[in-house]
Amino acid sequence: MNIRILTIATAAIAVYSSNLLARDYISIVGSSTVYPFATVVAENFGKSTRFKTPKIESTGSGGGLKLFCAGVGIEHPDITNSSRRIKTSEIESCAANGVTDIIEAKVGYDGIALANSRTAPIFDLSTRDIFLALAKMVPDPAGGETLIPNPYKTWNEINAALPADRIEVLGPPPTSGTRDAFAELALEGGCKKFDFIKAMKKEDSNKYKAVCHGVREDGVYIEAGENDNLIVQKLQANPKALGVFGFSFLDQNSDVVQGSRVNGVAPEFDSIADGSYPVSRSLFYYVKKAHVGSIPGLAEYNREFMSEKAIGDEGYLTDKGLIPMPKSERTKYQTSVTGMKPLTGLD
Amino acid sequence: MTNETQRTIDIVHAGLRKRYARERRFRLMGLMAISLGLLFVSILFLDISLKGYTAFQQTYLRLQVYYDPSIIDPAGTTRHDDLAFADYAALVKQSLRTVFPDVTDRQDKRELYKLASPGAGQALARRVLADPSVIGNREEIWVLANDDVDMLAKGKIDRDAPEDVRRLDDRALAWIDRLEQRGDIRKQFNTGFFSSGDSRQPEQAGIAGALMGSFYTLLLTLLMSFPLAVGTAVYLEEFAPRNRLTDLIEVNINNLAAVPSIIFGLLGLAVFINFFGVPRSTPLVGALVLTLMTLPTIIIASRSALKSVPPSIREAALAVGASPLQTQIHHVLPLAMPGMLTGTIIGMAQALGETAPLLMIGMIAFIVDVPQGVTDPATVLPVQIFLWADSPERAFVERTSAAIMVLLAFLVAMNLLAVLLRRRFERRW
Repeated sequence: MNIRILTIATAAIAVYSSNLLARDYISIVGSSTVYPFATVVAENFGKSTRFKTPKIESTGSGGGLKLFCAGVGIEHPDITNSSRRIKTSEIESCAANGVTDIIEAKVGYDGIALANSRTAPIFDLSTRDIFLALAKMVPDPAGGETLIPNPYKTWNEINAALPADRIEVLGPPPTSGTRDAFAELALEGGCKKFDFIKAMKKEDSNKYKAVCHGVREDGVYIEAGENDNLIVQKLQANPKALGVFGFSFLDQNSDVVQGSRVNGVAPEFDSIADGSYPVSRSLFYYVKKAHVGSIPGLAEYNREFMSEKAIGDEGYLTDKGLIPMPKSERTKYQTSVTGMKPLTGLD
Repeated sequence: MTNETQRTIDIVHAGLRKRYARERRFRLMGLMAISLGLLFVSILFLDISLKGYTAFQQTYLRLQVYYDPSIIDPAGTTRHDDLAFADYAALVKQSLRTVFPDVTDRQDKRELYKLASPGAGQALARRVLADPSVIGNREEIWVLANDDVDMLAKGKIDRDAPEDVRRLDDRALAWIDRLEQRGDIRKQFNTGFFSSGDSRQPEQAGIAGALMGSFYTLLLTLLMSFPLAVGTAVYLEEFAPRNRLTDLIEVNINNLAAVPSIIFGLLGLAVFINFFGVPRSTPLVGALVLTLMTLPTIIIASRSALKSVPPSIREAALAVGASPLQTQIHHVLPLAMPGMLTGTIIGMAQALGETAPLLMIGMIAFIVDVPQGVTDPATVLPVQIFLWADSPERAFVERTSAAIMVLLAFLVAMNLLAVLLRRRFERRW
C-alpha cells in the first residue's frame, strides 16, 4: 500500500511540475521597510483586478537585490523593494547575470524616529548628541584631534541640557536597512560637525566611514532584532530607554511612545515630507523590464503603485505611514515608471 | 556481642532522620520544579488567551445601502466585468453620508469614511455579483468596521487618553457613539478569520491561507516521509547485515535528528530550488525540506517500535514457512505500527511548528490568495504568526495571539492522537 501511495504522490508531483513552466503571479522580494507598503498595494491590486495577488517576501534590501540580480526567467523575482538606492556594484552584478534593463521607482520617504515612552519627558537631541552618545570612537573630550573609545555613560555628560540618565538605546541590528540609514543620516550627520573628522573624508574615506558609521558595542546600544513591535514594548517597560525604528511604527503607537526632536524638529508627517526632519530616507523598488509582458499584471502593478490614489498626498499608503514625495518629484517618477524607462546610471 | 548490635542500630537510628529529611527535600524539589514549569506554561497560555480571545469576535457596522445603478452599472450593460470594476466603496461612502448628513467638510468626510473597512466595498461587490437583481434596491447590510473602531469596541483604545495621542479623535468617537446608540454597531463571531487569507487590513486578515498551506505541506511531508522512513527502519532493523557501513548509517541518522532545522532550509535552497528548479515559496519545496527534517525522527521511532516486537513472533512465522518478507509484512509490521504512527505524528507536529527552514525557501512571504494546490505560493501557520507579530497595526496583536491559539490547538490534538494510539493499540509482552 505504501508503494501505491508513493506512486500516486510521484505522479501527482509530475503532473504539477508540468504546470510550472509559466508563473501567473508577480514575485516580489526585498526590504522589510518597504514591505508594509508594498503588501497594501499588492492586496489592493489583487482585489481590484483580474490578476493574482503578488507574492511578497521580506528579505532585506541587500538580500532582495541579490535575488533580483541572479538572472532573468520565471524562477527569479520580478521586483525588489529597497530602502536605499541600488549601488553601482549591484547594477554591475545584475548586468553580469543578464539583468540589464532595470526600472527604478521611488515611492516616497520614511522617517527614522528615536522614541521613548510617553511617561518620560521628550528628548531634544541634535545629531551631534546622537553621534557622541552612540559612536564607537568619539573625539577626546579633553580637546585635540584624537579619537578615543566612547567614554560617555549618561546623557548629561554629552549635553548639560539632557537628563542625568544612563544612555540606553534599543535599535535594529547591522543587517537592517534601517540601521544603515540611521548610521548614514543621524550618526554621520553629527560626525560631520567635527571639522577634523570632516577633513578625514578627503584623505581617507574608509577611515571616515568607520568613524562615522561605527556604533559602540559596550552595551549602550542594544540590538533588539528586526521586530519593531518588540522595541515599542520594551520602551513602555523602560521609560529611560530610547528606541530606533521607522516612522510607521511611531505613527501606529503614538499613544504609548513619542518621537524625540532631532535638531529641534519633531518626527511628524509634514516635517519628514518637507525634509526638515534630518533622519529620513527614500524608499524604492526596482522592476526587471525583461519580465514585463511575460509575467501577467506587472505593468498594471506598477501603475497601481505609482498612482495618486496610492502614493499621492492623500493616498492609501499615507494612512500606513508612508511620507509622499513632493508633487514635482512624484510626477517625474510616475512618468518614468509607467513609461518603462530603464535606469541608465546613478546620477 | 550485644554491645555491637546495639551500636549498629544506633548508627542506623542516628542517620535515619537525616535520610528521611533528604528524601523529603528531594520530593519537595521535584514538586517545586514541576509546579514552576506548570506555572510558566499556564502564564504563557493565559497571556495568549487573554490577548487573543477577542480576535474571535469582530465589529460590524449596519449600513442602509442603496445599490445605485448609476454607480454600479452606469452603462446598464449588466455584464459581469463591468459590475466587477464598479466603485463599490462609493456605495459605502454614500450610506455613511446619509447617516451623518451634517458632515460636509472634505477632511471630515475622509475621516468619516474610515469608520468602515476597505473590505466593506468588496463585500458589497460580492453581494452584487452573486445576485445582480439587487441593483436599484435598498438593503440593510452588516459590513466590517475599520480596525480602529474594532479596537475601540474591544476596549483596546483608551477613550480617556488625550486626543492628540489617540488613534481616533473626538469627532470619530462621537460618530461611533451615535452609531452605537442606534444599534448600528455590533460584535459577532469572526468567520472571516477562518475563511480569508492574509491581509494588511487587520480586520480582513484571516488564517485560511496559512491553514491550507500547512495542510498541503504536511500532507506531502507525510506522503513522502512515512513510506521512506518505515522502509528504512525495516531494512536497517530486520534485513541489513551488521557491519561498519550500517553502523555508519545508523550514527548518521541519529546525528541528523539533532541537526538545527535551518541547515535543512539551506540544503533545500541549494538542492531543490537552485539545482532541481522546484518553485520557491510553494508547499512542494516546503514539504521536501520538512521531509528531510522529520525522516530521522520517524526512522528512530520506527526502529524502536520494531525492536519491541518479540523475536518469538518472527521465529514462529519463519517456522511455519513464511518468507522473511511475509514475516515482516504480515506479523512484525502490524505489531510495530502503533509505535511507528506515534513517531510519525510527533514528527508531523514538529514539522507543523517549524519556521526556520522555511525562511530560506521563501515561504516567509505575504500571500493573500488561498493556495489551491501544492505549487501555489503559500505560507504556513507559524510563519503567519511571525509575520503578524511584526506588523505595525495594533489590531494585529490579538490576531497573532488567536493564530497561536489555533496552532496550539492543532499541536495538542496531534499529540493527543499519538497518546491515544499508543494507549489503544500498543501491546506489551
